[in-house]
Amino acid sequence: MTVSNTTTRTGAAGLSAAPARPTGRRWVARAAGLLGLLPFLAYTGLFLAAPVVMVVVGAFQDNDGAFTTDNVTTAVSDQYGRAFVTSIELSALTAVVGAVLGAVLAQAVLSRRPDGVLRKAVTSASGVLANFGGVQLAFAFIATLGSIGIVTKALAAVGLDIYQGGFTLFGFTGIAIVYIYFQVPLMLIVFTPALEGMREQWREAAENLGATRWQYWRHVAGPVLLPPFLASLLLLFANSLSAFATAEALTNGIIGLVPIQIGALVSGNVVADQQNLGKALGLGMVIVVGLVMAVYYRIQRRTARWLG
Amino acid sequence: MTVTEAAPEAVKRAGTSVEFRGLRRSFGEVAALDGLDLAIAPGELVALLGPSGCGKTTALRVLAGLEQVDAGEVLVDGGDVTGVPANKRDMGMVFQSYSLFPNLAVRDNVAFGLRLRGVAAATRRRRAQELLELVGLDSHGHRYPHQLSGGQQQRVALARALAIEPRVLLLDEPLSALDAQVRTQLRDEIRRLQLRVGITTLFVTHDQEEALSIADRVGVMRSGRLEQCDTPAELYQRPATAFVAEFVGTMNHVPGVVAGQEVVVAGHRLTLAEPAGARDGQLVKVLLRPESVTLTAEADGQALVSDRSFRGAVTRVTATLPDGTTLLADLPSVTAADLQPGAQAAVRFAPQPVLLAEGE
Ligand SMILES: Nc1ncnc2c1ncn2[C@@H]1O[C@H](COP(=O)(O)OP(=O)(O)OP(=O)(O)O)[C@@H](O)[C@H]1O
Ligand SMILES: [Mg+2]
Repeated sequence: MTVSNTTTRTGAAGLSAAPARPTGRRWVARAAGLLGLLPFLAYTGLFLAAPVVMVVVGAFQDNDGAFTTDNVTTAVSDQYGRAFVTSIELSALTAVVGAVLGAVLAQAVLSRRPDGVLRKAVTSASGVLANFGGVQLAFAFIATLGSIGIVTKALAAVGLDIYQGGFTLFGFTGIAIVYIYFQVPLMLIVFTPALEGMREQWREAAENLGATRWQYWRHVAGPVLLPPFLASLLLLFANSLSAFATAEALTNGIIGLVPIQIGALVSGNVVADQQNLGKALGLGMVIVVGLVMAVYYRIQRRTARWLG
Repeated sequence: MTVTEAAPEAVKRAGTSVEFRGLRRSFGEVAALDGLDLAIAPGELVALLGPSGCGKTTALRVLAGLEQVDAGEVLVDGGDVTGVPANKRDMGMVFQSYSLFPNLAVRDNVAFGLRLRGVAAATRRRRAQELLELVGLDSHGHRYPHQLSGGQQQRVALARALAIEPRVLLLDEPLSALDAQVRTQLRDEIRRLQLRVGITTLFVTHDQEEALSIADRVGVMRSGRLEQCDTPAELYQRPATAFVAEFVGTMNHVPGVVAGQEVVVAGHRLTLAEPAGARDGQLVKVLLRPESVTLTAEADGQALVSDRSFRGAVTRVTATLPDGTTLLADLPSVTAADLQPGAQAAVRFAPQPVLLAEGE
């Protein structure tokens, strides 16, 4: 068959492209390339590396600048340790719920006509809602689901008093609901491109080869969507982990979340001169995010082979 | 080549016949299929040819079960499959492009259908390897689709479709995303493979050269119906309608005047292939193939040669008639030597029955 010719030719072409010897000219080219990278390096250095270094260094210093592990030890014990647990629980919960709901919603929206009103409306609304946070969002929820909120009263009017039943907007569940409120649209925004990348031919080809809908999801759509789903989930987790203003406004800091604790420490509200403990907590957050990313990276590497 | 080992299973199934009966399918106002009838003999390769939007893809998808019909039936080996879902039809389909599963290596793509059928892993691997050999990609089994060229991807798609030993092979413009050279090469390979495996095949294309060179019979479609289905030679030499005549090959449109069962063109009387729908004396456009036109250099000839292009054995000469009509003539290169631009030439036509262009 004539096909093999093509392959051999490609192979030969691949071999002939042997690496050139490094010459003086090449070093110049390389230096020029680094020069072009400079703005990027300056940016990441200034806004990413420097703060992290400051946090790490500060975490291990006492107020006189001497080395100590006290901050770090304190950061993982008692109220601060509990704050980490609560923060991680809250972030994991709202990320998972937000990701699942957001993905389902994104799929539902995509199945509508691209030029349809619903699709346009949901997409634009998501852009706004995903960035809706802080005091305004907290207030919006207080006005609806607070103890005298509209929804609360409406439910009570039909005989369903949720506050009587133990619900409060100002506890863990309340914050979780408020967070999910912005996690879902964020998921919709970041996950929609992945869904749009799914080709109708894949489903039809699978069906043509004898696959049921479930088999198509199990063998094709699932594996293809898993990496972007996990990436989105990670983003949602980090988004929730670092959210500060909403929880602060809603609970006045009653629920101990790490960002709230840091805020209190850094602003000197609780005890003066506890800034470095705040940095130790910040270091803890960096580590949490780092660990999550490490897990994600491992999963990603397995699928990277087929990601073009 | 070890093709013979891959083929026998499929050969057993080669005896599948297909018949479309009065297929109708509308999308809103548009009638994609408007009473399509077509019978495909076992082992035959039929190409569906036609302008964009005439319903070729819809017809193919109906056979695959990916599209439903409003009326009519699809018979496979005499049995009505209209209600059978796509995943139970055993039709091997090759899409236009990008249909390989991106998360599966080439060999797993090929083995996909076998896996769904519960074939043991070892057998699956062996079959996939055989099929990859069949399409000349046996050394590429470990690669992922994005690491292959467009032509290679289509070969894999072909191997994947053949792996399930389908009753019918369905190809929807499988070559249209490829460049000209790969296209012709792969086209010929598909035909060779099809003949070897002996599988009934429906091949959709809007490229007439592709259809004529690959198919046992070519079905020309127009607005959801079959206009004519015949061998390539028959279609070219004896088109049933003006539409087919113009769609397949090149045609001159030469003014003529109807005279009973004949038409007078540039002083010559030619027989009409079908009763003219025109009155005597009516002005019409007569369809004439370039090879049925003969030009001879003559000082008082009525045509003026304006251009010529050498094509090997034949030379295509362009001439203009006194009324301004442009005429293309394919002449043996040896006789076309003195037909240089600016020369006067006499015109003659082959004495075959002719068709009239539509709506003129
Ligand atoms: N899913 C659909 N929804 C709406 N209209 C459709 C759909 N599928 C096909 N059509 C319409 O039906 C007609 C026939 O379409 P079809 O795809 O069968 O044409 P085709 O002959 O394959 O054309 P092409 O050569 O461009 O691929 C077209 O007018 C097309 O717009
Ligand atoms: Mg088509």
